[in-house]
Amino acid sequence: MSSIQLWTLIFILGSFAVYIGIAWRSRVQETEGFYVAGHGIPTVANGAAIAADWMSAASFISMAGLIAFLGSDGSMYLMGWTGGYVLLALLIAPYLRKWGKYTVPEFVGDRYSELVRTIAAAAAIIISFTYVVGQMRGGGIVFSRFLGLDITGGVLVAAAIIFTYAVLGGMKGITWTQVAQYTVLIIAYLIPAAAVAWQFTNIPVPQVTFGQVLDELNALSTQLGLDAYTQAFTSRPMIDVLLVTLALMVGTAGLPHVIIRFYTTKSVRGSRYSAFWALAFIALLYTTAPAVGAFTKLNLLQGVRGKAVSDLPRWVQNWAETGLVQIKEGVERIGSVSNDPAAGADLTVDSDILVLASPEIAGLPAPIIGLVAAGGMAAAMSTAAGLLLVISSSVSHDFYFRRVRRAASDREQLLAGRIAMGGAVVIAVLGGVNPPAFVAQVVAFAFGLAAASFFPAIVLGIFWKRCNAAGAAAGITVGLAFTITYMVYTLDVFGTEANPYLLGISPEGIGAIGALVNFVVAIVVSKLTAPPPAHLAELVESIRYPAPRRLPAHQDGEAV
Amino acid sequence: MSDTGPGSEPPPGSAAEDSWRREYWRRNLRYMVILLSIWFIVSFGLGILLVEPLNAVIINGFPLGFWFAQQGSIYTFLLLILVYAVLMDRLDDKFGVSERDGEGRRL
Repeated sequence: MSSIQLWTLIFILGSFAVYIGIAWRSRVQETEGFYVAGHGIPTVANGAAIAADWMSAASFISMAGLIAFLGSDGSMYLMGWTGGYVLLALLIAPYLRKWGKYTVPEFVGDRYSELVRTIAAAAAIIISFTYVVGQMRGGGIVFSRFLGLDITGGVLVAAAIIFTYAVLGGMKGITWTQVAQYTVLIIAYLIPAAAVAWQFTNIPVPQVTFGQVLDELNALSTQLGLDAYTQAFTSRPMIDVLLVTLALMVGTAGLPHVIIRFYTTKSVRGSRYSAFWALAFIALLYTTAPAVGAFTKLNLLQGVRGKAVSDLPRWVQNWAETGLVQIKEGVERIGSVSNDPAAGADLTVDSDILVLASPEIAGLPAPIIGLVAAGGMAAAMSTAAGLLLVISSSVSHDFYFRRVRRAASDREQLLAGRIAMGGAVVIAVLGGVNPPAFVAQVVAFAFGLAAASFFPAIVLGIFWKRCNAAGAAAGITVGLAFTITYMVYTLDVFGTEANPYLLGISPEGIGAIGALVNFVVAIVVSKLTAPPPAHLAELVESIRYPAPRRLPAHQDGEAV
Repeated sequence: MSDTGPGSEPPPGSAAEDSWRREYWRRNLRYMVILLSIWFIVSFGLGILLVEPLNAVIINGFPLGFWFAQQGSIYTFLLLILVYAVLMDRLDDKFGVSERDGEGRRL
């Protein structure tokens, strides 16, 4: 066993022990604890849990690498995956917390009709499932690279741990474990980033200092056949960057596993501040990622430029074994680098490996490499657990006890929630071991689907009393149909032929237009049909004010 | 919320009840419109639409448009959420709808 493997094992086993310990301490006995942690999570802890839930294997493992090779256009991921929190904090979180039940489909069911609830539950399951398979896969890759386990074994180990704490503690166990996982993943991200920033600039604050290497990076990139790093719109036209950013933002604010996290706070006020803390914790990683991308790419390009194949740095050999780094046959000296195998460059580096390989590329010691592996695992597992909870609550709470068995005791509901969770874990393992071919691509499109379905229905439900069930159902259906049609039209993953993009709009960006279509259809149909009944207008009224009004005399003395 | 304590205010649906609710909601919407305008201008305006002209300005090694797109917009988002939460604390207190326990402490 190499020292890297030993350290990885120590960090991963150590972090797993902590997760299991937390799970045992926060096991639950009633349904409210299982689904929304009894509405009792403190604000800052909830923020950390949201951050861990939100930042997936993709954020931790892939994003900096994507940005490194996209350069300036990588901004669409940075802004898209953070800007949605402004929408959540201002338009959604406080109101859904005031309404105060368990699931997102349940809200649209109460606000519109049972039909809309069923459509929403189906959409929540599909979106969460495509997303969770990617997480299982991410965890499996970490295991296979660092511990030499095969991917199946890796997925099984990760799933067994998640199963333990998710089934035992439900949302409560998941939330407290996620607080621990956030701590692990952010330390694992920041330490190597600070170390690399220190190597280049002698200041360990990557956010501030990566500006100093941009000139050099631009020059080196052009020399090795890549676009200048800070040049905008090299990979996509402006309209597409705009729409992808918007689709990711709106999709973030519409993803069920994110929205339910605001149900767990103690108060409406707590949900507003939870959004702040969540974004603060996320921003710590998201402002570091572009620096990691820039530094690692510079390191990589300097390490290989003009080198003979026989004296390339060691990491090239290590990662070539996984097939994620390739040297073109017959090449003797590296004159060009790319992340796209089709480009035919001398050295092809898969952008997914950049974060995991960055400590090796920078020549950092083995314990740090082990720490990064544990961080990648934490990111994958925390997101998977949050998604599994959405799947289990949609199946048991929104389908089974709504459609099949309406009267049930609290114990029975809790048991059903646990069984559904167990079932979801088993399906996720099958998907992770043997992913359907389209999954990798579809994960990115989960955002488009969430943007085109949930976001408009929820926002209209809160801000426009006149919106009725027919309008919401029509909006969701047409918005989804429009978005899916364009995705099928432009991609070859569903067994159809890929057609060229219309107006330069990529399938990742179409969700923004799908959301607009949803809004327009919902408004027009609502206007053409009868207004919703009076008790629904009262429901909308009631969620707009955090608490019953007290006498004016009572408030003066305590105004802050 | 309509299930208020006894004698604390006029019955729901009365003119007095409606007028404070309208006023509260109007102010909330105004905060939202202002903050979301800033959200849009910084991210889509400075980070995407105007990124190329702004890149001509270089500060501490960062082309300015590039900096807004990869750093500045994220800090702005964070600030916007904090400002909204603080403004709403004040608004809730002003209208007596903040969440308090029996002794008047914040929940």
